Amino acid sequence: MKELLIIAIGSALVNNVVLSQFLGICPFLGVSKKVETAAGMGGAVVFVITIASFVAGLIYKYILVNPAIPGNGDGKLAYLQTIVFILVIACLVQFVEMFLKKGMPSLYQALGVYLPLITTNCAVLGVALTNVQKEYSLLQGVLNGIGTSVGFLIAIVILAGLREKMEYNDISESFRGTPIVLITSALMAIAFFGFSGLI
Amino acid sequence: MNTCTERLYNGIVKENPTFVLMLGMCPTLAVTTSAINGVGMGLSTTAVLVMSNLLISLLRKVIPDSLRIPAFIVVVASFVTIVDFLLEGFIPSLYSALGLYIPLIVVNCIILGRAESYASKNPVIPSIFDGIGMGLGFTVGLTAIGIVREVIGAGQIFGAQILPLADEAAGKGGYVPVTIFILAPGAFLVLAGLTALQNKVKNNAAKKGRKTTEAAGCGEGCESCTNGSCSGKVFPTGNEKE
Repeated sequence: MKELLIIAIGSALVNNVVLSQFLGICPFLGVSKKVETAAGMGGAVVFVITIASFVAGLIYKYILVNPAIPGNGDGKLAYLQTIVFILVIACLVQFVEMFLKKGMPSLYQALGVYLPLITTNCAVLGVALTNVQKEYSLLQGVLNGIGTSVGFLIAIVILAGLREKMEYNDISESFRGTPIVLITSALMAIAFFGFSGLI
Repeated sequence: MNTCTERLYNGIVKENPTFVLMLGMCPTLAVTTSAINGVGMGLSTTAVLVMSNLLISLLRKVIPDSLRIPAFIVVVASFVTIVDFLLEGFIPSLYSALGLYIPLIVVNCIILGRAESYASKNPVIPSIFDGIGMGLGFTVGLTAIGIVREVIGAGQIFGAQILPLADEAAGKGGYVPVTIFILAPGAFLVLAGLTALQNKVKNNAAKKGRKTTEAAGCGEGCESCTNGSCSGKVFPTGNEKE
């Protein structure tokens, strides 16, 4: 139990996905103009990463390294992981979108527009690959996924809050737009170093 | 200028993926802790880009239009897997330094972007040169950021000490490295500085009335991205409800 908690907190705060691992920078900079949209994007990412890390974990364990599959004696198929994971994630996002549209229209209303963008979010593939690299079990992998995506949610909502306030600031001409957002992220990254004593 | 040299010039200078288009930000920020890592990442991406451009250009009349994105992804992912194993086998030091970011070349927007916007519409030879140009442009960008971070953060270039370090114990004065630049926040700071510099140049050019080419990349976030991997999808800018 303690070990699971360490994985979740470690991936959410200490090794924050955006601010220390630089995964998912594109949506982090692109969809952080307003707190509301940032929270929507963050919510969609939590949803997709949690499901994706579970499904990718299942496929890895029961297909790619399963010795019962003919010709797969010592988990030889494991080299296919990159190709399989990216295709699974792309399909999964499509399925989730269709399912939500039909089954939970209210949730679809809230997350719908963000879902197609998540395929290109490298955090999703990043989590699936990290789980394999660190040899996490299925439960540990899913917890790592939840932790990572909650870390993304925290970071993007904080940045959006800061950007809403910065609208009223007088920023020198060259630094308007992307540069000032990058500097804000740098300060946030320094702040997140404070969490490194946590585990 | 013939097509091939034009493609090279376009990739390295005119549409430099790092400084002009601002594509592939994840590896740009993550692996540039030293110049040598920047070169390694840039060349790996170049290799994947050239091979995938070559194959996609060859297959451009075979791949049905509605299935092109998944087909491109499979092609790119296969080459990434090959590069991944080659690096693991032959340059293990670079492999361990780049780590997770090698398989993540798959989701680098530059590669899918070039496949979609150039290789799928043009013959083989120009597509190869387009890949070389874009790849080298990316390599130049990563190396430049890597050099800045390595000099400020460790006083070194390519691992060679160029600024003699201070040694307090021996009472020797010298350079005190700003370690934050080789840590995560340094990446954001260096990129912010470089983008601001680029804005400055652009603004000056605009004031003098010269026409500047508008970047078709992630410069203003993904909503302005016209690249294959995002095109045709609605990107919320946060202004819809007003």
